Amino acid sequence: MKTMLNVALPKGRLGEKVLAMFEKAGFECPSIHENNRKLIFENPQCGVRYFWVKPSDVAIYVERGAADIGVAGKDILLEYEPDVYELLDLKMGNCRMAVAAQNGFRDDPQRTLRVATKFTNIAGQHYLSKGRDIDIIHLNGSIEIAPILGLSDVIVDIVETGTTLKENDLSVVETIVPISARLIANKSSYKFKSEEIETVVRELAAQTEAV
Amino acid sequence: MQLGFIENVMFSLRTLYNTYGYAQYTMSKFEEYDLYARNKDFLISDSVITFTDTNGKLMALKPDVTLSIVKNSKDEPNTVQKVFYNENVYRVSKGSHSFKEIMQVGLECLGAIDDYCICEVLTLAAESLQHISPACILDVSHIGLLSDLIDRMGVPSEKKAELFKCIGEKNTHELQNICREVGVDDVAIGTLKQVVTTVGKPSNVLPKLSVLLSDLPSWGDFEHIIRALENDAISEKLRIDFSVVDDIHYYNGIVFKGFINGLPAAVLSGGQYDKLMQKMKRQSGAVGFAVYMDMLERLDNTASEYDVDVVLLYDETTDLAILRGKVSELIQGGFRVLAQREKTETIRYKQLMKLRGNEVEILENNA
Repeated sequence: MKTMLNVALPKGRLGEKVLAMFEKAGFECPSIHENNRKLIFENPQCGVRYFWVKPSDVAIYVERGAADIGVAGKDILLEYEPDVYELLDLKMGNCRMAVAAQNGFRDDPQRTLRVATKFTNIAGQHYLSKGRDIDIIHLNGSIEIAPILGLSDVIVDIVETGTTLKENDLSVVETIVPISARLIANKSSYKFKSEEIETVVRELAAQTEAV
Repeated sequence: MQLGFIENVMFSLRTLYNTYGYAQYTMSKFEEYDLYARNKDFLISDSVITFTDTNGKLMALKPDVTLSIVKNSKDEPNTVQKVFYNENVYRVSKGSHSFKEIMQVGLECLGAIDDYCICEVLTLAAESLQHISPACILDVSHIGLLSDLIDRMGVPSEKKAELFKCIGEKNTHELQNICREVGVDDVAIGTLKQVVTTVGKPSNVLPKLSVLLSDLPSWGDFEHIIRALENDAISEKLRIDFSVVDDIHYYNGIVFKGFINGLPAAVLSGGQYDKLMQKMKRQSGAVGFAVYMDMLERLDNTASEYDVDVVLLYDETTDLAILRGKVSELIQGGFRVLAQREKTETIRYKQLMKLRGNEVEILENNA
């Protein structure tokens, strides 16, 4: 019997694209395309088991070994710093982690900068590296509203096209880091399922390079 | 009473280390906080439980054992001190963000260590893993060799930590970006990527690595140790994997991590830490490892289906001497017996018995 490779896929458009890449690489799973509410799908012939999880949870599933491999955004990896291998940049879901502020904002270095963000670790490390004193305001969503209502001076958030920022009279002040989807692996699984994981890496790398 | 899985492993590890002449080292639960404040980066987590002792000194509940052993070791040239320990340490667990008491078993070889000492510690690390499970792997790397390679590439020191992080993640795409940023040429980047991704049994991997690294000062040390273990019984469990990295300010030579199939992270971690010895004003070297016993819980399949074999019920009319006699009789017959007046719903038992006068009546039989 084939060794089963457990793959955590992020729910949503990115996950669908990644699944297509896996299937093209020979890890097909017809049952995943059936219209039902199941969350776990497997194909013992191909030795693969997929499960859909919340994108921000993929790294946890992989770090804790419930999944051998998974696909997570670089933003999640930088924020939570899971102890995993980052094997491949899939060059999908491209965007950037950026500092944004209301148009015409001028930073006053004399004052503590108020930063609203969902990514407190990334924001904290970014400003620490610059030696800037900040007050982090952790928000879970609608971050763009914070500077408009005077809750913060700037925000640190993911910027894809910039449309939401523009519509709210905000603009990018500084790019912190480019973001894209990454193939990650559990460190222990990599030892005991190295052949299977290496096959996935090789096949996906070939597809990524061909784009 | 049967020993649990973790107790069994602990017992067999103690025996193993004793066989190789390692003496048990016991220590106090507390240490002066200053020791950890001076060596924060050596600790897995930098949070430490502190308290003020009656004499006003700031003390800490030990988050680590190695620092205490080094601190208390004698700095005698030409001698080697071999010790093992079985201690609880207190540190923040990554998942719960709260302090946990973690049982750790490990050994340290301090003093005039030579290649034999390093080979012996590697052997004991691999054998320790085998005592836990035959499905195990010991990944071995060499910090000195990686440092030599990065120095040869001309990577500035402020970028080294970032680069080591990428190496530890097998993150070759970002490793390439960092190297390009600092002007490293593509041939050197290719070599580093090959070193990071060339993983396998020593016999398969050493020839490939030799082509890439044999001109580096630390290659001889690394090759000598790995070759010496090639025909050893544990060689089957060894894998060369340069993604095993540790803090370059403390470790200088061989570093290793042990994995067990079914456990999500390394259960064993160790290496040669001469630089820590130097920081602590010792003239000699040291090598050692720790096994994280708390992680073995998930391998423990010894839990019985039943809490007890027999629940023996009695009531206010029961003669006390008869009850004591029946309980002793059952225990001598090899049963685990819980005597009580009322049946507890949460207890899982094989048989439910009731003592009526002099006789035992079986009410339920689940076995």
